[in-house]
Amino acid sequence: MSIPAAIRIQSVSKHYGALKALHEVSLDVMPGEFFGLLGPNGAGKTTLISAMAGLVRPTSGSIAIMGHDVGSDYRNARRQLGVVPQELVFDPFFSVRELLRIQSGYFGFARNDDWIDEILGHLDLLPKADANMRALSGGMKRRVLVAQALVHRPPVIVLDEPTAGVDVELRHGLWQFIRKLNRDGHTIVLTTHYLEEAQALCGRIAMLKNGQVVALDSTEALLRRFATHSLRVRLGLPEVGLALGGVAEEGGWLAFGFETYADVEVLLKRLREAGAGIEEMTLGEPDLEQVFIEVMHHA
Amino acid sequence: MLEERATPRASGWVGFRTLLYKEVLRFWKVSFQTVGAPVLNALLFLLIFSHVLDRHVTVYGDIAYTTFLVPGLVMMSLLQNAFANSSSSLIQSKITGNIIFVLLPPISYREFYAAYVLASVVRGLFVGLGVLLVSLPFIELPMVYPWWVLAFAVLGGAILGSMGVIAGIWAEKFDQLSAFQNFLIMPLTMLSGVFYSIHSLPPLWQDVSHVNPFFFMIDGFRYGFFGQSDVSPWLSLGVVSVCFVLLAVLTLAMLARGYKLRG
Ligand SMILES: Nc1ncnc2c1ncn2[C@@H]1O[C@H](COP(=O)(O)OP(=O)(O)OP(=O)(O)O)[C@@H](O)[C@H]1O
Ligand SMILES: [Mg+2]
Repeated sequence: MSIPAAIRIQSVSKHYGALKALHEVSLDVMPGEFFGLLGPNGAGKTTLISAMAGLVRPTSGSIAIMGHDVGSDYRNARRQLGVVPQELVFDPFFSVRELLRIQSGYFGFARNDDWIDEILGHLDLLPKADANMRALSGGMKRRVLVAQALVHRPPVIVLDEPTAGVDVELRHGLWQFIRKLNRDGHTIVLTTHYLEEAQALCGRIAMLKNGQVVALDSTEALLRRFATHSLRVRLGLPEVGLALGGVAEEGGWLAFGFETYADVEVLLKRLREAGAGIEEMTLGEPDLEQVFIEVMHHA
Repeated sequence: MLEERATPRASGWVGFRTLLYKEVLRFWKVSFQTVGAPVLNALLFLLIFSHVLDRHVTVYGDIAYTTFLVPGLVMMSLLQNAFANSSSSLIQSKITGNIIFVLLPPISYREFYAAYVLASVVRGLFVGLGVLLVSLPFIELPMVYPWWVLAFAVLGGAILGSMGVIAGIWAEKFDQLSAFQNFLIMPLTMLSGVFYSIHSLPPLWQDVSHVNPFFFMIDGFRYGFFGQSDVSPWLSLGVVSVCFVLLAVLTLAMLARGYKLRG
């Protein structure tokens, strides 16, 4: 028996008039994955998430959460899904605790205080539990949004730019918490514009551009495929380096791309033989930003 | 986390109940504005009209004008506040974006409808009761058939609650909502016989009143107090019930399609 995908998206399109916010998007996120959904502004990330949550009805295609169709079996689909929205929305009439109790109730849990306290603790919100939503700072409101998405212990959690406008300390706290949720078996889908964040957290990544998936692979494979290691040097005789294929950068630095470390050996040997005179040297790891720029450029 | 712990069973009924509770709590938290203000309003109407007209006008033979007026005022306040409850709640949630918290959970569109309309009825009944209570020191008000009173109060509240859901979903800005209120709800209420018996109108206007469903709500409601009315209470009940069913069907159809709520 095969396990159903945590999220199965099958040729989903969403058209707003002539605008194709999503076009024939298909992808599966498997249970337990930490999945990144990347793309420039307007790529369709939020639209895709809204379609998973039933907030937006696809023009065509279908989506299932843990095997439950978002349309025909919406009750079960929604029970499996927790969504942290991109916008900082809140209900100004209530306190944090009231809001979380109400949200629990919407999902069918009349008494949920133990779990609510646990979430509040993890998100450092206990001191603010009885504060009105209006009295919270932006970062705290963001945390409440995370808490609201978790009240019903959804196996699948989707976070739409959860770290936008969040300070460094909280960002680290938040990632620790989300990593813990992932270790505990929750499937995580994340969108972010901080690519080093995505690189550090996500096991697999889909890149969206103009409503289409333009790259879909494990983070490792993407890095291997698109990004190269780089060796940057400052030389006594820069023209020697240029002749060997170095690219001039600011401050007299020259950059060389390479695939394997064996290539570095060869390069260093040639520089020495030519008497280039290495004054300074750094090695650069491949990073997702490079991959992103590359993919977006060629897509 | 999920597997380790015995997760309490989720029950669908709780979702509806919570939404109803939240909608009631929302107006109750600001009851000074949502209940107090309309009651004060009605009281002012009552003081002014009764002072000006009471000695000169009687209705249904020997009923003093102020006495006749009170059920109309009660019903008018009830209807307007039932409308205000669902419509303002929905438009606020839409504009601030927090409507998603109701759209993400496994709440069906029928539960959604029932919760918003019932909360409207509750607010309407609170306001109506408030108006009734503050009027009592001024008049001797009979209540011949309390069940008729209650039936029309609930149905009227449900009709205006439904209209509020429609308006709240349709409107994208507050001024569109007030247009709905000023150009539809207010005229229909004012021309329904809140302040007069339609028998005191010229025949043409009597006929016009008879196509206004609000007339039947108020006339039936008044029957419960005095045992007298312009038309049979059964006719009023029939008209009002049909209106409610039609509005419920329309609203449910909008919600089922996700009109303006699920893009
Ligand atoms: N309700 C709507 N009506 C018309 N166009 C829309 C609507 N919602 C989204 N769009 C368009 O669909 C496209 C995708 O938007 P979406 O919000 O999904 O992008 P995104 O990838 O989340 O961007 P960001 O990184 O800025 O959050 C955009 O061009 C947007 O203008
Ligand atoms: Mg977005």
